[in-house]
Formats: sequence, C-alpha cells, structure tokens
Amino acid sequence: MPTDVTRREFVKAGVALSGLVVALQLPAYARTAVGALARRGSGATLSTSAFLQIADDGTVTLWLTKSEMGQGVRSSLPLILAEELEVAPEGIRVEQASADPKFGEQFTGGSSSVSGLWQPLRTAAAQAREMLVGAAARTWGVPAADCAAEQGTVVHRGSGRRLSYAALVPIAAVLKVPDSPRLKDRKDFRLLGRSSHRLDTPPKVDGTARYGLDVRLPRMVFACVARCPVFGRPLTGYDAAPARAVPGVLDVVPLEAGEIVAGGFWTYQLPGAVAVVAENSWAAMQGCKALSCRWETDGGVDSASLARIFRDRAAQTGVLGRNDGDAGAALSRAARTVEATYDLPFLAHATMEPMNCTADVRAGACDVYAPTQFPTGAQQVAEALTGFSPAAVRVHTTIMGGGFGRRFEMDWVIDSIRVSRAVGRPVQVVWTREHDMQHDNYRPASHHVLRAGLDHRGRVTAWTHRVVSPSVIAWHAPGSLTPGSDAAAGEALDGAAELAYAIPNLRVDYCAVSTPVPVGWWRSVYASQNCFANEAFFDEVAHASGRDPLELRRELLADSPRHLKVLDLAAEQAGWGGSLPSGRGRGIAIHKFFSDTIVAEVAEVSAGDKGLRVDRVVCAVDCGFAVNPDVITSQMEGGIVYALSAALRGAITLEGGRVRQSNFNDYPVLRMSEMPRVEVHIVESDEDPHGVGEPGVPPLAPAVANAMRMATGRPVRRLPVAG
Amino acid sequence: MAAFSFTVNGARQTVDAPPEMPLLWVLRDLLGMTGTKYGCGIAQCGACTVHLEGAAVRSCSVPVSVAAGKRITTIEGLAPDARGRALQRAWVELDVPQCGYCQSGQLMSAAALLARNPSPSDAEIDAAMDGNICRCGTYQRIRAAIHRAAGEA
Repeated sequence: MPTDVTRREFVKAGVALSGLVVALQLPAYARTAVGALARRGSGATLSTSAFLQIADDGTVTLWLTKSEMGQGVRSSLPLILAEELEVAPEGIRVEQASADPKFGEQFTGGSSSVSGLWQPLRTAAAQAREMLVGAAARTWGVPAADCAAEQGTVVHRGSGRRLSYAALVPIAAVLKVPDSPRLKDRKDFRLLGRSSHRLDTPPKVDGTARYGLDVRLPRMVFACVARCPVFGRPLTGYDAAPARAVPGVLDVVPLEAGEIVAGGFWTYQLPGAVAVVAENSWAAMQGCKALSCRWETDGGVDSASLARIFRDRAAQTGVLGRNDGDAGAALSRAARTVEATYDLPFLAHATMEPMNCTADVRAGACDVYAPTQFPTGAQQVAEALTGFSPAAVRVHTTIMGGGFGRRFEMDWVIDSIRVSRAVGRPVQVVWTREHDMQHDNYRPASHHVLRAGLDHRGRVTAWTHRVVSPSVIAWHAPGSLTPGSDAAAGEALDGAAELAYAIPNLRVDYCAVSTPVPVGWWRSVYASQNCFANEAFFDEVAHASGRDPLELRRELLADSPRHLKVLDLAAEQAGWGGSLPSGRGRGIAIHKFFSDTIVAEVAEVSAGDKGLRVDRVVCAVDCGFAVNPDVITSQMEGGIVYALSAALRGAITLEGGRVRQSNFNDYPVLRMSEMPRVEVHIVESDEDPHGVGEPGVPPLAPAVANAMRMATGRPVRRLPVAG
Repeated sequence: MAAFSFTVNGARQTVDAPPEMPLLWVLRDLLGMTGTKYGCGIAQCGACTVHLEGAAVRSCSVPVSVAAGKRITTIEGLAPDARGRALQRAWVELDVPQCGYCQSGQLMSAAALLARNPSPSDAEIDAAMDGNICRCGTYQRIRAAIHRAAGEA
C-alpha cells in the first residue's frame, strides 16, 4: 500500500473502498524487460513480464501474484494467458509468486484479480506470441503476416511448415519486445467467454491440496495463543504450570504488548498474550486451555450500550458523501415523508479453515508460510518484527480455506513470527475455531437513518441516508487517518453515496463511531450494510407511494441502461408479478458494486410454522465480459449463500466486552437443507471484466427482507431476521 | 500415553498418544495425513469426516482409544472404492469445490450415504449432508454431484 498516500488521493482514487482497491500497478520490471534472455544452464527463456516465462523446452510458467481462496484465480488467470498465447491452459505451470517488489503490491481483494490482470496478462502473452511468430518468420525467411500461432506452435500458412514454441524460444528471446502487440479479437476467442472446468479441482477431491494448516516442516512445532477475551486489555499475569503439565507441551512463551507500523501505513497492535508451544496441535490446544491467565477485563462494552452509542451518534453531524440539490428543503416541502432506521450487527468471517500461519525465523532470515490475501503485508510485518531486510523475508502464499477479507489481517501472521522467534524453531500457530470467532476483525455493525420525500403525485423528490458505523480503514491506519476523515467516509458510504436512483435532492453522510471491537473487510465490505438500507428502504418508499417496487425502480433507473438490463433480466427470469400462494413473498434488490459489476436478485420466501424459509433466489449479473461463465455462476452462488447465512442468523454480540459466540453452534451458518434453489443469469457485455467475488452479496439481504415484507406485511429493519 | 493400533486406508498403524486425543489430530499431526480437515473441533462442521467401520464420523470428536482396533478410511483412501471414484469424478465434472477446504468431509459423508443408499432423494441427501458446512456455498452442486455419482456407480 502506498506510504505517502493522502486522504484526498484515497478518495480520488476510489481507494476509499477499503484501501484494497489500489489500481494494479504494473511493476517496473514488466515495463522494462526487453526480451530478457535469461541463461539457466543451457536453456534460454522468453520472458515479456515478471508474470510470464517460456522455457526452451516449451514450458510456460505463470507467476501467480494472486491468492487462491476459492474464487478461481488459479484457473481464470491461466485461461487468459492461454487464450492470448495460443497454448492449452492445462499445460501452464502455475507458480505462486512469493512477495517480491518485481511483482508490485501483492494483495487479493476488491474483486479485482481478473479485472486488474486482464490487460497486463493479455499484453505479456500477446508480446510473447508475436515474438515467437517473428522468430519463426525469420527462420523460414517469410513474412510474419503469413504465420500464425496455434496450440503451442507457429505455422506457416502457405507451406504448412510448423515449429514448436520450444524450438523458437532461443530465437524469440533476443527479439525486441513489441510495444503494442495486437490483442486477439473477442470473436476469435476459443477459451474465454465459455464455461471451462476449473484447473485446481483434482487435488481438492483426493486430500492432496495443501492449505496453510497442512504446511509441515522439519523440526516444526505447533502453538496456540491466549489473548484477552476483552479486546485490547492487558495481561496481568499467568500460571504456566498447568499448561506445562499437559503431555506434549514443550514451552510456554509470553508475548509482550506493543505496536508495529508496517509498510509505512498499517498499524498492528501486538497483544500482551501467552503462547503454548507443543509437539502437536492438540497438545497446544489442551495446554492453552489449561493455562491460567489473568487479564484486566473490567468495563467491557456490551451490545445494548453500543446500540445506544450508535443511535446517539446519529443525532450529530456527519461527513458529507453526496449532496445533490437541497434535500432538507425538499423534505420540508414534501407532500409526504417516509422515514425508517435500519440496524445491522457485527459479523464474523468464519472461514472454513481457521486462522493459522507457519513461520521459521532464523538468524538473519525468515520464511513465512501464510494462507494470506496480502503477501506484501506479511512481508512488511515480518520486516517490522524482525528488523530483517525484505530480501531476507520469504513469504510463501498457500491456498486457503476461504478468505472473505479475513485473510487480509496480520494478527495470526504476527503470532507465528513472534512465537518462532521466541523458540528458534519453525512454528505453526493454530487458532481454534473459538479463538477465530472471538478474535476476528468483524464486519462493522451499523445504524442507518433514511428519509424520503414524495410530492403530491407520489414522485420521490428527496432522499437522505445517514450511515453510523465504525471505520475499517481508520482502525487499520490510525496514524494516517481519523475515523472522521474523507477517506473513512468514502469507504463507509460505499454504495450509499452512489445511489443510482434519479432523485433530485439527495444527501448522504457518515457518522463515524469508535468502539473497542476490531473491524475489518468482510466480503463486499460496506456495500453489505448500505445496500440493505438502500434497497429495503426503497421498498418502503414504493409501498408508501402505492407503487410496484420493480416498476418504481425501473422508473428511477430509466437513465441507467446497464441497471435496467440487469433488473429486467432478474425480474423476467423470476416471473415477477406472477401470483404466489398466501404466506409467500417475492422481493427484488439491485446493487452496482464498486468493481462496476451490477447484480440484481429476486428472493422468494415462505413464512410458515417453522419460520422463514428462502425457497428460491434468481440472480442476474452484468460483470462485463464473462471470462468463465461457470466460475461467475459459482461466485454468485457463493455470495448468495454467504449473505443468506448472515441475513438469517449472523450476529456477533458482546457482553462485558466479550464476544458471546464461539463456534458454529451459536454462530450458525446455512446448511444444505436450507439451501434455496439458486439460478444465475449473466448479461452479455462487451465491456472488460469487472470482478465477481463480492458483488453477489449485497442485494441478497434486502431481496429477502422485501420478500418477507410481502409475505408477512411487516417491514424488516433489522438483521439478522431471526433476531 | 499409550499405544493404539488401527488400520487407515487398509494399512496398519500404531501410535503413541493420550487416549483422549481425537482421531483428527492423530491423523493430521502424528500420521501426517492432512487431507482430513480441522474446522470446529466440536462436530458441528463436518470438515473432519472420516469412515469408522464404514460409517461417517466426525474425527474431531472420536478419541483415539475409541478408534483402536477399528478400520478407518480417510479422503486419501476414497479412490480405491468405485463409489468414491464416481463421487470424485462428479465433483470434478460439476466443478463443485471453490476453496475446497470442506470438500474432504463432504465427499466422505457423501460416500457413506451412497454406501447405504445407492440412489438417494434430495431430502435424503439433505438429511445426510446437513452436518457438513460449506462457507463457499457449494451445496447445490454437491447435491447434483451426488445424484450424478449415484447414477454412475
């Protein structure tokens, strides 16, 4: 992340959106490499970018700078490369890049992997392809225009002569890299734009895939860390003897409280904590349980007192995110006003694979094996903790059992580096599910106050939305940003300030609130709250004006053709307007995500004796060009299920400063028997790809809320639905 | 500490462990078989599902002393079984996994289901698979893949 970023630049760059979506900076290497002829043994290598190497045995290597957490980068990115290079995607060797400045800033977030690498990867591959074609033309003494690349070879159209890439690499490698290679026309795509199987499935069905928790090193030991159950409170003492008495426990290590700044921007608290080191994970867990720690725990907050703080804060002024016309005057002139408040809880990420990291800190160097979304961040915290130079810190990014934003944090990376340094051995720090649930960086709770004004003909003339919520970016960079800064407001108002409806008087502002609860980026970030408030309130406005919610949306989106297309597709596929039996309801919601992807979802629910059931979700998505439609479909399915778990029952609550939930028994998530029928429809688009990891999430909760309103006659203004 | 013997995927294994040590950690940390996953430790998520004498169990909640003398099958031993292979194929063909972390457990639960009910209905699949959480939301594909494997095996 940039070190001297100013607040204004944050907002301007749209980075606001969580600080994650920094435009992918092409590393200097990629711009300057000129047909690098790297000698390795006797082999020549053709490389047009840090991402791509073609060896003289024909092996194509893609250096993967993105983290695979289920979203499919290990398939989508090779596919893009294969298309432009004219090779088979299955044959590409995918190597996970370790954190290295030559690859630029390495992070995976903001639904930006495909959109950010779309041009760089295609360009690098097209350059290599043109150089290989040029090498063949030179060899045969024919014009390059008469030659074509296909299936890892170059063929001379006139004579049918053919040379493999392997044979051409030594010649191509000394040619000049073309500045502006011709990218393939989309009509010539043979791989992209149609569904193809993911490349990384086989090891995930036979137990051979290695996640962070599966890292095994010689001399490795395991550790669990005890933290104060009340956020940010100090350790006052502990008794190691009961832990040491557990068979397999090797050591008990105190970790001092402190703070580090990494990358010149991020601030990380080092908790006063105690690590129990053992021969195996189980012994470490048992030892940690036996450890008797004394913490300062008085005066911790609880959820009810936090809710009061949020409501009080809503009565004060906020930072403006949008101010069209004069919303105050329009509201006072309105023939009728509608007002509602919405409340959303803190949420845990609850990735399937709990937090863990393996570090091996030695004299003068260290290796970190991290299932991380932010390899550069892991390198920076290792530097800050050890004082080593970046070159001495090697970060190995493993595949991971879900990320959802949680694996952007560094708390668990920091644990492993500190404990390994203390014991002088490779250490795998394992977080129990309980630790993971109670020491997350939670999706911030939020309180929303919305007002709308209608004129005597029922037209919507004014809309105000006040968002009250803690700031994620300010939590992570308190030295650079205040919660009330423009950058914090830009992030927290994501999707609220960009309301797409044509309403002449529109005012959106942000009231930052500080709490001791750690907050973080959760799949779709603030769009997960703001879209709920927007779209649930929109239906209240439609109801007040006696309008069909779809028709009113269509009217106020008349000048937004992409929105209309998505909305209409979802409505049509869902059979909007068709009759439903009593006790059932249908609701629609739409959201344009900050990646530019637009998703509309229609939920059908039934409110019966056994409570609410979501029977069906119809999703329409415009994500620009559909690189691999089936992966897009699965990302929508995943976003819908993730959001549905949260909407139905997800809530992290506090009592005496402690998180009350601890595991899947009290933080229940959707199970198969509750799975609605999900149908995904993709809008055809000529735009470049826009990203699909997160945009399926935001519209789901309001679509369900709006369907519940229809089914029960009662608006839903608070999540989770189950109370 | 005591010595416990059992078979894992047909091979006899003996470990020295506290009797209450869960089978999950015996497999992962003592035998180095990391295909079986830790998710919750309290039999709520199903990521650690293995077969004990052919029945699906949550290995995080089976003490090694209970597993002693028994026949254990893990995800690493699924392929030799025709139904197991059919399930793995269906998982690949329908692109079921996203992150994949829960899928070892999903497959082991599915294999136990097909062993006792070769042609399950949606409701029977839901009932058998309800103990296996997937946070990536692959349930719909899992259900379809089980049907596909049932049709083939």
